[in-house]
Amino acid sequence: MPEKLFRVALREALKEEMERDDRVFCIGEDIGLFGGSYRVTEGLLDQFGPMRVVDTPIAEEVIVGSAIGAAISGLRPVVEIMTINFSLLAYDQIVQNAAKIRYMFGGEVTVPLVVRLPGGAGHQLSSQHSHSFEALYAMIPGLLTVAPTTPEDAKGLLKAAIRTENPVMFLESMSLYNTRGEVPDDDYETPIGKAAVRRVGRDLTIVGVSRQAVLAGLAAQRLEDEDVDAEVIDLRSLRPIDWSTLIDSVQKTNRCLVVEEGWTTYGVGAEVAAGLQQRVFDDLDAPILRLGGAEVPMPYNRELERAAIPSVDDIVREALRVVGRRVAA
Amino acid sequence: MRRLLQPDGSLVEGGCSRLGPEQLVEALRWMLLSRLVDARATALQRQGRFGTHSPVKGQEASVVGSAMALDPAVDWIAPSYRELPALVRHGYPLERILGRSMGRSPAATRIPDGVNVLPNQVALATQLQHAVGLAWGLRLQGRPGVVMAYFGEGAASEGDSHEAMNLAGVRRAPVVFLLMNNQWAISTSREVQSAGQFFRRAEGYGFAGVQVDGNDLLAVFEAATDAVARARAGEGPTLIECVTYRLSFHNTTDNPRRYLPPGWLERAECEDPIPRLEAHLAWLGLWDQGARAALEAEVAEEVEAAVQAALAMPPSRPEDLFDQVYALPPERVRRQRQELLQHVQEP
Ligand SMILES: Cc1ncc(C[n+]2csc(CCOP(=O)(O)OP(=O)(O)O)c2C)c(N)n1
Ligand SMILES: [Mg+2]
Repeated sequence: MPEKLFRVALREALKEEMERDDRVFCIGEDIGLFGGSYRVTEGLLDQFGPMRVVDTPIAEEVIVGSAIGAAISGLRPVVEIMTINFSLLAYDQIVQNAAKIRYMFGGEVTVPLVVRLPGGAGHQLSSQHSHSFEALYAMIPGLLTVAPTTPEDAKGLLKAAIRTENPVMFLESMSLYNTRGEVPDDDYETPIGKAAVRRVGRDLTIVGVSRQAVLAGLAAQRLEDEDVDAEVIDLRSLRPIDWSTLIDSVQKTNRCLVVEEGWTTYGVGAEVAAGLQQRVFDDLDAPILRLGGAEVPMPYNRELERAAIPSVDDIVREALRVVGRRVAA
Repeated sequence: MRRLLQPDGSLVEGGCSRLGPEQLVEALRWMLLSRLVDARATALQRQGRFGTHSPVKGQEASVVGSAMALDPAVDWIAPSYRELPALVRHGYPLERILGRSMGRSPAATRIPDGVNVLPNQVALATQLQHAVGLAWGLRLQGRPGVVMAYFGEGAASEGDSHEAMNLAGVRRAPVVFLLMNNQWAISTSREVQSAGQFFRRAEGYGFAGVQVDGNDLLAVFEAATDAVARARAGEGPTLIECVTYRLSFHNTTDNPRRYLPPGWLERAECEDPIPRLEAHLAWLGLWDQGARAALEAEVAEEVEAAVQAALAMPPSRPEDLFDQVYALPPERVRRQRQELLQHVQEP
């Protein structure tokens, strides 16, 4: 399989879906001429023209609101919001309309909408530009919420998202755009609702959300030196959660740590931990721990920003706590 | 479009300047300072010593001409992110602005008490709403100030800007909405933002709207002083559209060569407000090479001193991560702060 950049995998998914289905179109700020703030949509304007690659005024609410209307008319819009932080301006349209219209009209109306939401810290963009808000979308019934971490999944999940009938919140970690990985050549979908076991282990399960799943993999390598054999699960689908994969893993390892970049309180980790203790309480040998970002608005200063999000060191430390080891300072 | 200053530095026929010789030189001084800060900040950013910088380059007459209509003792500025000389003139020390972009300690870089400037705003158009409330708050407390709120023609597409202007009109809030139409919002051209004229929106909100040549210091100053006077007299808000050109990148992460049409920049550079103001000073017989060199040297010294002062400011401390989230930190925040400090104290 050829190796590709994460951003290129996303671009290929858009291009192939637009070629396959005339109803698919892209809409957002600076996505056409500019090729998108992260160059995901580069080249699409040349190939598909301005009716299908639509540069908009800077108005997130009407971007999503009009995409909902276009979806109702029979099209399949793929929205790019410059960062998930600005999606809050469209939160009303997403939560009150995209997520509910199908239900309110008894299934008469569907909203096959994809909203691509780049996010995450690490770029010194300060408090209003650096969050990832996974939980804000994962908690909404009527939405599907996914967060790929490999180029293969980026492409496969985006295709699945475009082809599905419900609105999909597609979370992209900005720090992953330049990562590489193998991407199959054939037309494939990565199913929404399935977690991926990235590493098999027996001592504890580390569940990672978005980019933290990648860091969890690095932490697992480090844990080998401590004689700890971690199983790493990339949650991938935040709504719905793939409970059966999580249950199988924790029934084997009997211990679990959940890691996310977002705030721990009311976070994805809280949901995973609560859901697991309900389902496999008797299999647990230790409390499930959660690790998340510091509970502050993201700081601007580079060192403080680094300190505000979980690092590989932090994951190793918390994993050792879960397996009952004192942490060497 | 209102214009007073011709490209050759002469006044339009019947035109009359409200700025005396000293004020003209003061304005030029702010404009040159701004231009120099852009260059210095960009260089520091390239060296990894400065965060993202959004240059004012090309828009100095709009920013300086409008700010000079304000009385820093009573009036307020609700900035966006491209108004640095306005903030400095209003009393926010340059070294603190630079120190903030370098991520220095919040205590060392804070806006001093008594300086009527809101923090930079990058969540587009949200400051317009704060400006309306701030202006209304001043009124209710019997304080005389006017609020000047800056935003771009791109931000003008946000629903927030519509809601802010509509409410300001209804409440006759003492706000000047200064719309900086620099033709670009990152790569999105002015035509993509709106099929209409920006300043005409004011009519729909029930207040005055004017369009001025934003590279003409005299015209901007005139429009701004009129607007501030109206607001002060209780006659409500004004929308001023400054037609200007962004002569640099959007910010230090941008590369305009990817989207500027061929020749656009070269044409826009002919409208550069700094040579135009200098031509005016020369036309008035107030300017020569010697005067320019002296002013440039003075400004260079001031900028360099501010850069050095910013570089010498204390760095952020680990506890800055948690301080100021709450006035009274809840238990959980106190504990996280404690854990962090323990963590950094351990080798
Ligand atoms: C709500 C929101 N949407 C999008 C952005 C991203 N963004 C930052 S600056 C900018 C362009 C703004 O253009 P304009 O208002 O014309 O101001 P200019 O940069 O030209 O001064 C965009 C789209 C943002 N900061 N906030
Ligand atoms: Mg603009």
